[in-house]
Amino acid sequence: MTALAHTAGAGTHAGGPAPGQGRRRGGIAAYLLLLPGALWLVLFFLLPLIQLFAVSLQSGFPGYPGYYYRDVNAGNYLTAITQFAGHFGRSLLYAGLATFFAFVLAYPLAYAMAFKAGRWRNVMMIAVIAPFFTSFILRTIAWRQILADEGPVARVLNTLHLLPGGRITETWVAVVAGLTYNFLPFMVLPIYASLERADPKVIEAGGDLYANGFTTFRTVTLPVSLPGVIAGTLLTFIPAAGDYVNAELLGSDRSTKMVGNVIESQFFRVLGGFPVAAALSFTLMALILAMVFVYVRRFGTEELL
Amino acid sequence: MALFSTGSSGFRRAQGDLHLEAVTKEFAAFTAVDDLSLTVPRGSFFALLGPSGCGKTTTLRMVAGLEQPTRGRVLIGDTDLTGSRPYERPVNTVFQSYALFPHLTIRDNVAFGPKRRGDADAARSAEDALELVQMSAMAGRKPAQLSGGQQQRVALARALVNRPEVLLLDEPLGALDLKLRRQMQVELKRIQTEVGLTFIHVTHDQEEAMTMADTVAVMNAGRIEQMGHPEELYDLPRTSFVANFVGQSNLGTGRITGADGHDLVVEVAGTTVRIPRDRSAVTSGPIMFGVRPEKVRISTEQPAGAGNDVKATVMDVSFTGVATQFLVTVPSGAVWGVYEQNLDVERNTIRPGDAVWLGWDSGHAFGVEADEASAEEARVAS
Ligand SMILES: Nc1ncnc2c1ncn2[C@@H]1O[C@H](COP(=O)(O)OP(=O)(O)OP(=O)(O)O)[C@@H](O)[C@H]1O
Ligand SMILES: [Mg+2]
Repeated sequence: MTALAHTAGAGTHAGGPAPGQGRRRGGIAAYLLLLPGALWLVLFFLLPLIQLFAVSLQSGFPGYPGYYYRDVNAGNYLTAITQFAGHFGRSLLYAGLATFFAFVLAYPLAYAMAFKAGRWRNVMMIAVIAPFFTSFILRTIAWRQILADEGPVARVLNTLHLLPGGRITETWVAVVAGLTYNFLPFMVLPIYASLERADPKVIEAGGDLYANGFTTFRTVTLPVSLPGVIAGTLLTFIPAAGDYVNAELLGSDRSTKMVGNVIESQFFRVLGGFPVAAALSFTLMALILAMVFVYVRRFGTEELL
Repeated sequence: MALFSTGSSGFRRAQGDLHLEAVTKEFAAFTAVDDLSLTVPRGSFFALLGPSGCGKTTTLRMVAGLEQPTRGRVLIGDTDLTGSRPYERPVNTVFQSYALFPHLTIRDNVAFGPKRRGDADAARSAEDALELVQMSAMAGRKPAQLSGGQQQRVALARALVNRPEVLLLDEPLGALDLKLRRQMQVELKRIQTEVGLTFIHVTHDQEEAMTMADTVAVMNAGRIEQMGHPEELYDLPRTSFVANFVGQSNLGTGRITGADGHDLVVEVAGTTVRIPRDRSAVTSGPIMFGVRPEKVRISTEQPAGAGNDVKATVMDVSFTGVATQFLVTVPSGAVWGVYEQNLDVERNTIRPGDAVWLGWDSGHAFGVEADEASAEEARVAS
């Protein structure tokens, strides 16, 4: 959705400044430029979405598992919500925790990159982006090794008697750690961008107007970087809430499953699970949309909406 | 951070004159401010005038605490502020780039300082300050919704509202149109006299510096070239840089050939001129002779009681209403300017190409050290 807004903005700009007669042609040019993007979205986003919605209302053919007929069966949604409420709650909770931890880790990092790194800035930037060069799955499997019962982390914690359950993998801690790790760059980059764009004189003005280091951070630096924080939290929370890889690879079979895992199993492993899987997908989307809407409203940055 | 603060980490209630003692600021190998010493009396209006890049902003930043001097000390009264943090100093800055808080309304921008200092009536003070700069009507807007000039006025209000011991203004009127600029100059001067704060006003508009300040310091390449009352500075420049940067000067390089009573006799490109001994920065050897354009008389006949006259050729005549401005070529090849007020009933009949005589009262002449390089520099800068 962000991508859509961006394309539209760029298109309007391209046509904007042309004066007089050029304006009309510029307007058409803008729409022409929008066309490929719009077509792409209609073909690969809008149509599948409608299809998915139709599926979510289908009913199974009695006596023929795996066969469906077109219907308006809201029962699928009822099943999705009642039967899998726990998974929804877990998804939002884990995504929320991961977003929080990613923020706590990312802000100091982005701050250091923007203000303290000097000539190390580019090196740090590469370090943040470099993990993208290896597969997401591979990196998550690597975390399984790192957090494994016989791995270094679990062993150290066990020696210190700091691990009540005796292990990290197959617990929510591992899932949240994986989510945090995987989405960290999406938090770092927007925050870094907004800090880097901030006028250093504005931050100096805080000091000049009797605010000490911490007060200046609280009343000037942080608010100035708020658009980046909001973008980062959205970019982390939204995909994390729908993620299933981390719960699959790092979590347990029972107690840490997220909605993504249920959707996956309903689609691929439960015969006749298609409509419920689609209903689950739609419900998750609606939930996230509602939360994002409230969140962005609450922190009101005009730049995002 | 705490490294710098000496004991108490709170606000310093320093009072008195501002002293810079042999302050030097080096950025790597580059010296931006070079062994600068000055005293600004409490409650005075001090202007720092100089070309771009001469170290004005750096000097202000050291007073504000945003930059620490490499060497030297900054004091207000007897309190040594060197090394203290910006928020500990009774000093506020109007930044060259405004630096308003983009996320706060104009009202909150102005109330920021008072709030930090625990002023219970911060909102009230902010309203008053906005009133002062005629920005009350826009108190609810964000900085991005204001024009450059409006932002500048808000920046002024945001600093003024704190009634600091020293207020630093870094080209605070640069973005204003001429009318508003004049209006704000008067307003600033009024505020300064009214509240009795020490103002340090950086500008490269020499007229602004001259009309507003009690003392003007002319800065060049990290040093103060000359400092004094505006009239004094204009009447008797002590370096060729000042002669060119503050107002305009007709200059000629020559050599001192002797003395005649209180005057030095100077030979400039074959012409003999006189400079009062106490108006010359050098007393022997090469010298740069100077006289201000409005002190020079132009006429078609050789003036009587000569000794200070030059034959010249008119290049250009421009009528400006109150005055006529001539550009003439003197024998040395230099181009001089002459301003004549249009006092006579008869119209001026001098036309380009005419041969004329220039004359002046030798009491207006001045002599500075002959230094082509700096004269050239100043001419380019001004
Ligand atoms: N942080 C810095 N690092 C290196 N050089 C600097 C730094 N700050 C300023 N300088 C240099 O110091 C010199 C003086 O800069 P300063 O900003 O004080 O000039 P200024 O007199 O305020 O000029 P202007 O009228 O253009 O604002 C300049 O040559 C500038 O390049
Ligand atoms: Mg400057």
